[in-house]
Formats: sequence, C-alpha cells, structure tokens
Amino acid sequence: MWQFIIRRTLYSIITLFILSLTIFTVVRLTGDPVTLMAEPGVRPEDLARIRVQWGLDLPWPVQYLSFVKNICTGELGKSFNYRMSVSELYFQRLPNSLELGLAATLISLLIGVPAGLLSAVRVNSWWDNLGKGVALLGLAIPNFWLGLVLILVFSVGLQWLPTSGKGDWRHLIMPAVALGWYFAASMLRLTRSSMLEVLRSEYIKLARLKGLPEYAVIAMHGFKNALIPVFTLAGINLVVMINAAVIIEVIFAWPGIGRLLFEGIFQRDFPLVQGVVVLAGMMIVVVNLVIDILYAYIDPRIRLTK
Amino acid sequence: MTAPGEVARGLRRWLRLGRQLPLLPLPILLSLILVALFADVIAPYDPTQPVPGAKIYAPPFWMQGGSMHALLGTDFQGRDILSRLLFGARVSLIVGVMGTLVAGSLGTALGILAGYLGGWVDQVIMRVTDAWLALPALVFAIFLATMLGPSMWNIIIILGLVYWTRYARVIRGEVLSLREREFVKLAEIAGAKRWRVIRRHILPNVLNTTMVLASLTIGVVIIAEASLSFLGVGVPPPEPAWGSMLAEARSTLMAGKWWLTVWPGICILLVVLATQLLGDWLRVRLDPQLRNL
Repeated sequence: MWQFIIRRTLYSIITLFILSLTIFTVVRLTGDPVTLMAEPGVRPEDLARIRVQWGLDLPWPVQYLSFVKNICTGELGKSFNYRMSVSELYFQRLPNSLELGLAATLISLLIGVPAGLLSAVRVNSWWDNLGKGVALLGLAIPNFWLGLVLILVFSVGLQWLPTSGKGDWRHLIMPAVALGWYFAASMLRLTRSSMLEVLRSEYIKLARLKGLPEYAVIAMHGFKNALIPVFTLAGINLVVMINAAVIIEVIFAWPGIGRLLFEGIFQRDFPLVQGVVVLAGMMIVVVNLVIDILYAYIDPRIRLTK
Repeated sequence: MTAPGEVARGLRRWLRLGRQLPLLPLPILLSLILVALFADVIAPYDPTQPVPGAKIYAPPFWMQGGSMHALLGTDFQGRDILSRLLFGARVSLIVGVMGTLVAGSLGTALGILAGYLGGWVDQVIMRVTDAWLALPALVFAIFLATMLGPSMWNIIIILGLVYWTRYARVIRGEVLSLREREFVKLAEIAGAKRWRVIRRHILPNVLNTTMVLASLTIGVVIIAEASLSFLGVGVPPPEPAWGSMLAEARSTLMAGKWWLTVWPGICILLVVLATQLLGDWLRVRLDPQLRNL
C-alpha cells in the first residue's frame, strides 16, 4: 500500500512540475513578462526598475526556481486590482464555486439517475428513446447558452427568479441547472448502461428465479451495484465543474474562482490570472491523488497496477 | 441501352446505401458546409454593416415591429441577424474542423510514439499528457488565448494544444495492444525498420479510432470556440462568430430581445448535435469494439 502511495505521489509531483513549467514557459515565450507585471499605465522608465524588482533580468532557470519556490510557499503575488494576495482571494472565492458545483452535481444526479434507471428498466421503449434523446440534447447544448435562455425565461419573461448574484436558493438554482445539465446527460447515459449490465448479471437472474417480484429485484439488488460507478463519476464531475464553471459564473455574476479568472483577464491583472491557473491545476492534481489513494484503499486490485 | 432489370438493380443498390447513411446529421452538416462556403452569395446583407432602412433591435419578421427585410431580426447596430449567422457558420466550421485536425494529428502522432517506442519517450509524453489533462480545458484555453492574443489562427492552435491529450491517451492504449498482434510482430521479426512498421501497420489501424474520436470531440471544440468568443478572447470582431453574437446579446437580455440570444445558440446546438450523431454512427459502423469510447 505504501509503495503505491509513494509512487502515485511521485507521479503527482512530476505532473505539478510540468504544469508549472508549462505556465512559466507560456508566459515567457509570448512576450516580455515585464509588461505583464507592470500595472497598466506605467512609464517606460519604470519598466527597468520593475524588471529588477521582479527578478526578470535573471537567467530563466533561476527565475523558474524562484517561481516554484513561491508556489510552494503559497506566495502567488498580489492582485493589481484587489490589492490582496492572490492565494487569499482564491481561497476566499473557492467555497462559492464549491457551493455551485455541489448544487449542480445534485441536480445532475436528481435528473440523470432516475431517468437513466427508467431507461434501463424499460429498455428500448418510448421512455428509453426519450431518455436517450434528452441525453443527446444535454451533451449538445452549450451550457452558457442554456444559462442565457434560463434567464430570458425565468427572470425576464416570468420574473420568478433573480438574474444574478449570490443569495438564497433562488439565486442558486438557475446557474446550477445550467451547469449541471450537461452532466445530467452523462449521468443518464452511465446509469443506463451500468443498470443494463447489472440487470444481465447472474445474481439478478437468481433473484428472479427465486420468485421475487420485479420491483424488489430492481430496488434491492440492482440499484446499489448499478450506482457505484455513477457516484464515482459524480465525484470526478464535481471537481471538473468547480473549474469549468467560468462562463456560468460570469453570466450569473456568481462570485467564484471562474469569475475571478475572468475579472483578472478583463482588467489585465496578470498576477491574478497566473495565480488562478496555477491553483486550479494544483487543486485538480491534489484531488486526483487523494481520490486515487482512496480507491486503492477500497479496492485492493488497484494497488497492484502500474 | 440498359435493360429495365439493370436499372431496377442499380436503384435498389442506391436505396440500400441510402438507408445505411445517418439520416439526421448529414443534411445538417451538408447545409453547414454549403452555407459556410457560399455565405457571400446566400446571405441577404453584409454582416458587418447595418441593414439600410431597418431599425436597430428589430424583432423577427413574424413579430410586431419586424419586417421581411430582416427575417430573423437585427442587432444593436442594425445588422441583419440571419446574415451574421450565415457568416458565423464559417468561423465555427473552420475553427472546429481545423482545431480538431490539429488536436487529432498531434494527439495521434504522440500517442503512437508513446505506445510504440515505449521507454522514456512514453514516460515523457504521458507525464505531459497527465499534466495538461489536469488543467481544466477552458481555463487552459483562456490562459493561452490571453497570452497569445485573439485571432482565428491563434484560436485554432490553442484548441489543438488543449485537446490533443484526449487523443494521445486513447491512441497509446490502442497501439499498446496492436504492438502485440501477430502481423506487427511478424513485420518486426522480418527486419522491418520501426518507422516502416508504424507507417504501414500501426497507423492505418489506429486511424479508425482517431476518426471516431475526432467526430465525437469536434462538438466540444466548437463549443469551446464559442465559449472563448463569448468571453471575448476568441475570434475578434468584426468577424461574426456565434459565440461573440451571444456575448453582444447578453446586454440586451433584460430588455427581452430574445432573438439575439436564441438564434446563435440554436445554430451551435444543431451543429454539435449533428456531429455527435455522426460520431455515434461512425463508431458503430467502423468497429463495434469501439462502442465503449
């Protein structure tokens, strides 16, 4: 078990290195970083001073080392606009994105799982085709367009819900639906195929042979096992959602990390942009590592692979 | 002079072929290609100029205030929405196809190298793949677009850089199993150089997977381009793009000018739907074993 943990952690560290190297290189290759680190409206004479101040006149390897050191100590610079440390800003906004992600995951489960189960139980019927159609739509609709349409219908047209901002459940539901719809579609598909496979298995046949009524077969035996991969996917999706919700957060003015990134870009606040990207990548790598270790703990077969 | 029997046989063969084609996505995609190619001819107006004589914010022609001159309405500068949609198809098609091409070629090439050559090449490529997959696609794309600056070619390159990792992973897996097949081993024993083995044996056999992956992910690329344009870091104005049309429409939402939002979104939806259906059809046709993709 320990061997697995050490190996996996090593891989994660290498991944983090490559991530930081990529970001570092992209910034250096696409122009003079001095113009990025200088606030908009700075004088040319000051550029030389800023260059020295940020150590940008040092050779690249040295710069990279101090970049990595800064990341490790959590020193990601100060946002131009907010006058706060970037990591402080990030972790301040992270719970909001988490809230949105959780709500969207819940919605995707509430819509996707029952629909998928229904599709599987009544396979190839009218319900099933409806479910497959909905799944297809879910994967094809751009989530930000769905958000805009929801605003049009529920805020402008019906005036039931507020358009933006963070508040009570009324503010949460539209962005959560817009974000979660795509994942509801993939949940539907996964639940359906997982349930179909479970229904074909031996112990289900045995339960039927025993004479159990159909609903007991499905509810007591089929259910739990079919849902294992579904909840796995839900967990992975949650992490994806937190980071991919940039546009939804922008449309609904939701104060999360996606919106933070957008603000940084709009206001040419480079330390903020770089910091958010670095932290987003780091977060995913760390979460993946934790999930992998948890899985290896639960399923001994995994410890022996790779 | 052909006999009637021959004509009937030929017809039956054509009909059989027609039944096997995917009926829903093909017309959509064909019209998309036609529209993109002939937008200059089909579009009633110049997409960057206001329609002469029409008001700004005119609604579609069946609503009050609309006119037959601007069928789907006009935007905040009085430009015809229909024409902008038709020209926007170009951007989506070009960026979608080219971006997928770049990502697919890069990903397949690196996947083959990693799978076939093994060793440190495999390790390096896989570590980079893992790292870049860890970064959320949209965040990465936005970051690159901010650094590189907005232009159509930059967006194509960026999308290629962001999405190649999906191909590399899958292709590498394919190559790993292909490597153990008899015909590959025979070729190696016969003394064929590695490059030849790759070109003649490995590459043709992974192309099926690449094509299926490509058709399944081209929708993602198109939505990514629309997202980038929506955020303002995609294809820059005045080139009409469906994503930037949606961005422009955002400020009019509260005023209830729904047509500015609905039409571009429906276009994106239809195109992505069509590519998805095509991808599903391809996947079933080309190799039933790929059904778990």
